[in-house]
Amino acid sequence: MRKIKSTSDLERWRDDVIKKEKEYETIVSVCGGTGCQAYDCQKVKAIFQKELKKKGMRERVALKVTGCPGFCEKGPLVTIHPQNIFYQKVKPEDVPIIISETIQKGRKVEHLLFEDPKAHQKITSAGDIPFYHSQMRLLLNQNDLIDPTRIEDYVAIGGYQSLAKALFQMKPVQIIEGIKISGLRGRGGAGYPTGKKWENCHNAPGETKYVICNCDEGDPGAFMDRALLEGNPHSIIEGMLIGAYAIGANQGFIYVRHEYPLAHKNAGIAIKQAKKAGLLGKNILGSGFDFDVDMAKGGGAFVCGESTALIASIEGRVGEPRSKQIHLVEQGLWGKPTNLNNVETWANIPLIIKKGSQWFSSIGTEKSKGTKIFSLVGKVKNTGLVEVPMGITLKEIIFDIGGGQQDGRKIKAVQTGGPSGGCIPASLFDLPVDFESLTQVGSMMGSGGMIVMDEGTCMVDVAKYFVHFLQEESCGKCLPCREGLKRMGEILDGITEGKGNEESLPLLEELAEVVADTSLCGLGKTAPNPVLSALRYFRPEFEEHIHRKRCPAGVCTPLIRYSISETDCTGCGACAKVCPTQAIKGEKKQSHFIFEEICSRCGSCKDVCKVNAVMVQ
Amino acid sequence: MDFEHVGKIIDKYEEKRTALISILHDIQDRYNFLPEEALRKVASRLRMDLNDIYGVATFYKSFSLIPKGKHSITLCLGTACHVRGGPKILREMKKQLSIEPGQTTADKQFSLNVVNCLGVCAIGPVMFVDGKFYGEMNPLKARRIIEKINKNNKNKKRSGVKS
Repeated sequence: MRKIKSTSDLERWRDDVIKKEKEYETIVSVCGGTGCQAYDCQKVKAIFQKELKKKGMRERVALKVTGCPGFCEKGPLVTIHPQNIFYQKVKPEDVPIIISETIQKGRKVEHLLFEDPKAHQKITSAGDIPFYHSQMRLLLNQNDLIDPTRIEDYVAIGGYQSLAKALFQMKPVQIIEGIKISGLRGRGGAGYPTGKKWENCHNAPGETKYVICNCDEGDPGAFMDRALLEGNPHSIIEGMLIGAYAIGANQGFIYVRHEYPLAHKNAGIAIKQAKKAGLLGKNILGSGFDFDVDMAKGGGAFVCGESTALIASIEGRVGEPRSKQIHLVEQGLWGKPTNLNNVETWANIPLIIKKGSQWFSSIGTEKSKGTKIFSLVGKVKNTGLVEVPMGITLKEIIFDIGGGQQDGRKIKAVQTGGPSGGCIPASLFDLPVDFESLTQVGSMMGSGGMIVMDEGTCMVDVAKYFVHFLQEESCGKCLPCREGLKRMGEILDGITEGKGNEESLPLLEELAEVVADTSLCGLGKTAPNPVLSALRYFRPEFEEHIHRKRCPAGVCTPLIRYSISETDCTGCGACAKVCPTQAIKGEKKQSHFIFEEICSRCGSCKDVCKVNAVMVQ
Repeated sequence: MDFEHVGKIIDKYEEKRTALISILHDIQDRYNFLPEEALRKVASRLRMDLNDIYGVATFYKSFSLIPKGKHSITLCLGTACHVRGGPKILREMKKQLSIEPGQTTADKQFSLNVVNCLGVCAIGPVMFVDGKFYGEMNPLKARRIIEKINKNNKNKKRSGVKS
């Protein structure tokens, strides 16, 4: 790898990479994100490699394994450039056809194209698919273009040019001012203005300062940061370089949770490459600025997403939060001024420097600027990562991009903000998505998880799920969080087991108030939110469990029983085949029945029944 | 058990106390759990109190102080997997393996773990078995994975391969 010592070196490098890429007639991009790996994308890639070699086409056709383009549900995804043909659900056996038809003859392989579910028409390019059409993919679109393990790919799309601009055309205070004007707010959850945080850290006294990238992403149901760090790690490093220069830091850390092995690996490779190229280390681009980045790994503790706990974890200690009376920007890592931002926040920095603060602040709403990536998951037709401008409505995200309900069940709510957020009912789906609006209705933006729930989701069960989640993840340092959540969990367990009474809900609300008011850190302070928002919008469901001992969604097993309607059952036997306890018996083409004593109430039979003959009572 | 490798791991991190979590990860990757002898070695080399190391090893859920099974079954119970039926799969796995999450079967073949999110939410419910992700799971598919591993083990035994 060449050593880049100046801005002109960087530009020459870019020109050379682009020239080299133009030598290829075709570029095949195969998604290599974690989601597509579950669908055997590695095999697809291996067959491409083998077949292209066999046919002597490696000189003309480049094969690129990219990060996550977002549409995980349709994986493995393959895109053929420059024709921009988007193939979905590609199996290893499809590869020879793609090579012989598309690459050699220029014809499309119809059965691999996406079909519009409404118009029943085949769609060739990704941009025309409804899922992508309404998005504004400023960050995620880079994932489609680059192999995250090749720094050359990032350089080719203009990577590290923003760093050059910052180092040679801007003073640190100008950069901070620019980020302030852009209106960028932290993407990790709380939405603190990024420029202001940088300014505070810049002004804090001290020679040694640190910057940290938080990729602990513990919120269940959220994976934006994983996709960014896995798919485009150099953009994060470039963001950190610019931030460090503005603040006056010479050392950075990327903290990655243990559950993200690929993100850890790709970020590690990127750091090594950047060091080799001279983009990390001493005298970067000949500017006199020194900066280095190290990796730190989590150990499966949700609380380490909290900034003070994360710092304790980097220092090699137990991840217990501390009081934030003294801010991290004054006393953070090893007692030195520390600026911590989330992955997506860092990813936005090179873009803002490149395109300008005014450009960035023209996107979004008055107080929430730019785009936000959400992980749209749960009971919705199109699942994956979506990047949209702030201010778009929940309805547009869930119905236009997400395609609405997954099966016959009506969508009733969306959960945002992870365990600190809440459930927003379908009646409020006209709400614009920005920091303030979501907080107003009792939820929060959070890091960007959006879990869609339908009539088959029990809101008492969801509330119970979050309380148990947080009870388990509480570090145990302060009493209200440690004991309060345990007692709240017991009350909710009782309700879902048919043991709820008149006192259950008032007691639950009282406890929620105490936990929120008296806990030390953000985990405890926001822990009651999922329960309170569920009670605010779905109280009748709680009352149904308590007074009538019924679970309307058919989820809480002690309150339900399954049976098969004799008149509707066609005797196809699909239910008996999937029953894990062999509790379903019946002759072929005759009505089947369930032995209640052995039924585990898993609902697998209901999921597969085509005629809706399985009933829950 | 040979603990020579522990020294090499500590050397790699230059005896830095701040690298404790990374050191413990590397030890666990090598030995499949954190053996007491290894932790004593870490304590003496890093000049740390064994109590503090024990605190870290028990605080973070990724670490195990007891040997894990040959096959690791990790079930995701993040919100997206939860609403799509994750708990049903957990019930089935507990029944199949007759163990609770965090435990290992008596024959040391399987360890069952539950995590709060693997970040593969779009294709939930998700299971992570011996380094491979499985999406869109249901109780039956999960049971088949266990059955397949058991069958492979039996075949290996029959053909004389040491398991």
